[in-house]
Amino acid sequence: MSSKPLISARGLSVYFQLRGGLIGPKPFVRAVEDVNIDIAPGSFFGLVGESGSGKTTLGRAMLRAAPISRGDVEFDDGEVSYALKDLGPKELKDYRKRAQLIFQDPYAALSPRMTVRDIIAEPLEVMGLTSSREETDQRVREIAAKCRLNLEHLRRFPHAFSGGQRQRISIARALVSGPKFIVADESVAALDVSIQADVLNLLKAIQQEMGLTFLFISHDLSVVAHVCDHVAVMYLGRLVETAPTRTLFATPKHPYTQALLSAIPSLDPDDRGRAQKLEGEIPSPTNPPPGCKFQTRCPVAIDRCRVEEPKLENAGTEHKVACHRWKELAQ
Amino acid sequence: MSRLIDVENLTLQFDTDEGRITAVDDVSFSLEAGEVMGLVGESGSGKSVTAKALMKLNPRNGRYGDKTKITLHLEDGPVDVMALQNDREMKVVRGGAISLIFQEPMASFAPAITIGDQMVEQLLIHTNFSKKQARELSVEMLDRVGISDPSSRFGQYAFELSGGMRQRAMIAMALSTKPKLLIADEPTTALDVTIQAQVIDLMKDLVSEFGMGIIFITHDLGVIAQTADTVAVMYLGKLIEKGTVRDVIRRPAHPYTRGLLAALPTLDDLDAPLTPIPGDIPSPLERPPGCVYNTRCQELLGPRCSQQVPRFSDVADGHRVACHLNDPAEAAR
Repeated sequence: MSSKPLISARGLSVYFQLRGGLIGPKPFVRAVEDVNIDIAPGSFFGLVGESGSGKTTLGRAMLRAAPISRGDVEFDDGEVSYALKDLGPKELKDYRKRAQLIFQDPYAALSPRMTVRDIIAEPLEVMGLTSSREETDQRVREIAAKCRLNLEHLRRFPHAFSGGQRQRISIARALVSGPKFIVADESVAALDVSIQADVLNLLKAIQQEMGLTFLFISHDLSVVAHVCDHVAVMYLGRLVETAPTRTLFATPKHPYTQALLSAIPSLDPDDRGRAQKLEGEIPSPTNPPPGCKFQTRCPVAIDRCRVEEPKLENAGTEHKVACHRWKELAQ
Repeated sequence: MSRLIDVENLTLQFDTDEGRITAVDDVSFSLEAGEVMGLVGESGSGKSVTAKALMKLNPRNGRYGDKTKITLHLEDGPVDVMALQNDREMKVVRGGAISLIFQEPMASFAPAITIGDQMVEQLLIHTNFSKKQARELSVEMLDRVGISDPSSRFGQYAFELSGGMRQRAMIAMALSTKPKLLIADEPTTALDVTIQAQVIDLMKDLVSEFGMGIIFITHDLGVIAQTADTVAVMYLGKLIEKGTVRDVIRRPAHPYTRGLLAALPTLDDLDAPLTPIPGDIPSPLERPPGCVYNTRCQELLGPRCSQQVPRFSDVADGHRVACHLNDPAEAAR
């Protein structure tokens, strides 16, 4: 990548300790293991994978909302640069202004007892970003307009709004502190398709207008294909493939990515049953298989895959894949 | 194929504190044995309520319209579902001739009873099987839906299974009574795409094997294209389009169906803009007069759309739509 990344993970691992039995060491869940990612400023970076793949945890770790067990995440927006692992309380507070999260469920994310104005204003007040009520109101009105909420909406409570409107309120709240980096975790998954398109268009418009960088976490590959410029695929805590969106969808190299793409139901009724079917389910992260984590479901696994874990290697321009067999399979 | 169920003029209203809500408004359709009908619509369109009405499974404040007639054609003769009074009579339909699969299988299994005991219990209610026979059939069904080591899964609780496995167990349970009609309410929505593909395959195999009819409720038109023979599109309690899956997806006749398809991100053309349907589905308390879709419609014809309820008219053989645009008889007037 030509420009310096806004945020980059270096050997990032996130482990959670489980409650163990009385004897023996406590077991760990390796939710994210040795992930390297560079996200360029202004990019709309997609992160996909099944449930249990660690995509949410990776997103949280990049916000320092999940513990960083090994490795580090570096953030550099040109004004400040932080290494997230050892951030002091003061710097962490500053980092929170620069990096924000949009949640999945717009019904659960908004307090029913606060007006929309108060919901959007809360980050400003908590972070002490404005000095007077007038200034707060001004900022709230600006951001609400950007998110296509009108002034009359601000006086109401969240229950009066539909799913799409609520998600616009959540977006306004995440943007009000003027962040540079936004993690959108399944932000359209709870919405109907007709509304989903509206929220996606809004996110794209805001990103371009305000020069934001997005980490867009989703299990829906068609959505990712439409909005993201770069995509990373995760499986059981590991990054298995990353590439510019077009490259990934045109020439997926990892057998898992190929299976994911072919599992998307086609809109053509005469194109049935062509999908390459994956057997079984994602293994438990408490007890991952040895070697390549995907070997238990991989249709082309060989003996080597069962003992040796593949490393991410270059497979083209900005295209990286972690598979022992990608070269021979591409032929 | 033989006729399985006839739904005529289904209207269902609910009395709530805020007023009377019309959840289903004069909906009619039929289903043949072995037919998979996709029922599509946004949240709030009334698709789940419609499906549940076939078993009279709606809350007590629900009031069915006077003209509502639901006829289930069984081997022993037709059953008038509306005439069934108490729970004992309803058994013929609920879990007998009709089974239901829900979206969230975790919520539909009792947490403190093993999967096996729940399967056996319903078999004892609906069949003349002995406990031993019921047990054998249950294990066999778990095996059929692709659950490995079925006899040990039989003794496990719902929380011990993964999401995909729970949904398989749910399907096994729903099918073990050999229903004539299976209602699947968003059965794959909570699942990952790879697991969704497995479950869809499984359901297709089972249809061809058992020859039952399926009403497949989903908001995902891709899933519909992959599974359904016919599609019914609902909006705000109204059936607005019905036809074969090819007709409805390739030649959608209602502006709402066209809007749903345009809003869908597809992989064929990554540059195609996503076109949302403007506005939100109105509250059922404020149903617009005339065509229910007139507040969001992009192809309005004028005052007729906001005054006159469109008739359900033929577009092609077996393809019907409720839209003034497609009603030449009316346009000529």
